[in-house]
Amino acid sequence: MANVIAAFGLVFDPYVLWVIFASALFGLFVGAVPGLTATMATALLVPVTFFMPPVPAIASIVTATAMAIFAGDIPSCFLRMPGTPASAAYTDEAYAMTKKGQGEIALGAGLVFSVIGGLFGTAVLILAAPALAEVALKFSSFEYFWLVLLGLSCAVFIAVGDALKGIVSLLLGLLVSAVGLDNPAAHPRFTFGNAELAGGLTLIPIMIGMFAVSEIMRSASTIDEPWDMAKAEVGNVFKGMGRLIVKYPLAIVRGSALGTAIGALPGAGADIAAWMSYAMSKKFSKEPEKFGTGHVEGIVESGAANNSALAGAWIPALVFGIPGDSITAIVIGVLYIKGLNPGPTTFIDNAPSIYAIFIVFVLANLLMLPLGVAAIKCAKQMLRVPRNVLMPVILLFCIVGSFAINNSAFGVILMLVFGVLAWLLEENGFPVAPAILGMVLGAMLEENFISSMIKADGKLAGFFERPIALGLAVTTLIVFAWPLAGWLRRAAAARAADKA
Amino acid sequence: MKINDALTGAALLLLGLAVLWQIQGYPAMPGQKYGAALFPGLIAVGLAACGVLLVIRGARSGAAWVALDGWMARRRPMAGFIGVLLGLALYVVLADTLGFHITGFILLLGWTLVLGARPAVAVPVAILAPILIHLAFYKLLRIPLPWGVLQSFAF
Repeated sequence: MANVIAAFGLVFDPYVLWVIFASALFGLFVGAVPGLTATMATALLVPVTFFMPPVPAIASIVTATAMAIFAGDIPSCFLRMPGTPASAAYTDEAYAMTKKGQGEIALGAGLVFSVIGGLFGTAVLILAAPALAEVALKFSSFEYFWLVLLGLSCAVFIAVGDALKGIVSLLLGLLVSAVGLDNPAAHPRFTFGNAELAGGLTLIPIMIGMFAVSEIMRSASTIDEPWDMAKAEVGNVFKGMGRLIVKYPLAIVRGSALGTAIGALPGAGADIAAWMSYAMSKKFSKEPEKFGTGHVEGIVESGAANNSALAGAWIPALVFGIPGDSITAIVIGVLYIKGLNPGPTTFIDNAPSIYAIFIVFVLANLLMLPLGVAAIKCAKQMLRVPRNVLMPVILLFCIVGSFAINNSAFGVILMLVFGVLAWLLEENGFPVAPAILGMVLGAMLEENFISSMIKADGKLAGFFERPIALGLAVTTLIVFAWPLAGWLRRAAAARAADKA
Repeated sequence: MKINDALTGAALLLLGLAVLWQIQGYPAMPGQKYGAALFPGLIAVGLAACGVLLVIRGARSGAAWVALDGWMARRRPMAGFIGVLLGLALYVVLADTLGFHITGFILLLGWTLVLGARPAVAVPVAILAPILIHLAFYKLLRIPLPWGVLQSFAF
């Protein structure tokens, strides 16, 4: 209890509250402008949070991302463009509602069910994370090895359409993590005598490159396509929301629960959660024929899902140091810098800070109601910001941010190289999320693999002897076998079709 | 820009082989069988295997080696796209000599104009943004942005 009181003291400090408010405005703007994403907001915030105490640093990221995922719904209604990828699943639906004169309901549903989903995910985070941490205290290198491998396999086989390209992306990420001195034998790998490489490739400039620079490159390539604002009368966005809650209670719970689960799954974040729950909503709906014509049901369910996924992603991130999405992949680096090293013991050693993060989650979601209304009212102004000025200014910020991590121009080079790489990968259907996960988890995977190999004296059977390790191993193998089974079934069906 | 999977696959195969060649002679941990070479070695084998599969897939697909996008034929997007990359490279080359402020001004002016902003907007933005970044990052957050030729005016 003393920890909880201490946590409230940490959050309700004028400086922290000011940071939360400023981050909220930043997040709303970034989310509302197409081409700027929640992950990009996180990457750009890191250099700023560098100089803050732990709680405000984490609070700024939690608040900005929650706001950004909601605000992504705003341009869906006005421009038929998702503000962030997490709104893409129901952009057409929301725009169709605006065209039918129901823009107000679409925006209101986006806001209200974002808040409900966010609070649901937060509740699960608060209940599940400490309980999981208790279990995780007993984990040895074998369990951690399988857990990391399971996380990486989920990222490749479940979250991605093309498993082969997912594996390539993952392996490239792991290779990046292998650069430098940080390995079991402390041998300089792939450094080519360069002192900058000896410390390993710094993740923040890489993330700024992959999530901000590549996005700006895409923006430049569409700079001559004007944005057409649809007209929408927006009065009281809360009108009729109570009726929707009464009409779709099951959809709200289903979307929030699925979103939290997808968020907790490594490699899959808010965007995949929204796609999956939109599909789910259509499948279980009493009126599936209305989907796509401007029907609010799908927005209710997937709008809740993408915000709950945000909180869900923090569960494996805090308990195991395994990020649930690309935002927490960046957050984990910040946690280490701030001395809040993720892992089960952090719930004991840093209990007040962890509780403070939980409080910030609740606060950010509640703050979304008034600020969200304000953002909807200002949507026209925000969407009128000229891209040909905005993008260059953000690019200069990226330069400063990637420079600031090590105070070296090498960061800018890294940012450029990985920006181009991420752009090329995405253009050719290689998902970026597995690469990020590989970079973040590579060192952990290698360390636990090598120490397990040594403990088991090179015998693979040792990896299956402890009960939890065995359970994780079997789950991992099922995840591996799943696409293989599907492929075999398709091949058999094709052969049968050939014969017939 | 779509690159045929066969080309990508061949590049990955080469990368895998290069890694395997590079890790020859990486030492084991003292007194152990395993060391610095095992993990990158496994990655390299995986990359090479995926590379071969992609080559097969790409060769079967019959797609063009490299297919350009529609926007690449249009002047402004293409100029903006190249401008973004060129500007970032220029920063790396120029920042230490010219300093952050002058380089920032040049880059912002170039980027905004190439992307189609009016000079009446571009010039004030290019002057003001580096000053604001200076105040926020150099003064407040104490990041040592390079001064370059303006060193004697540093404040």
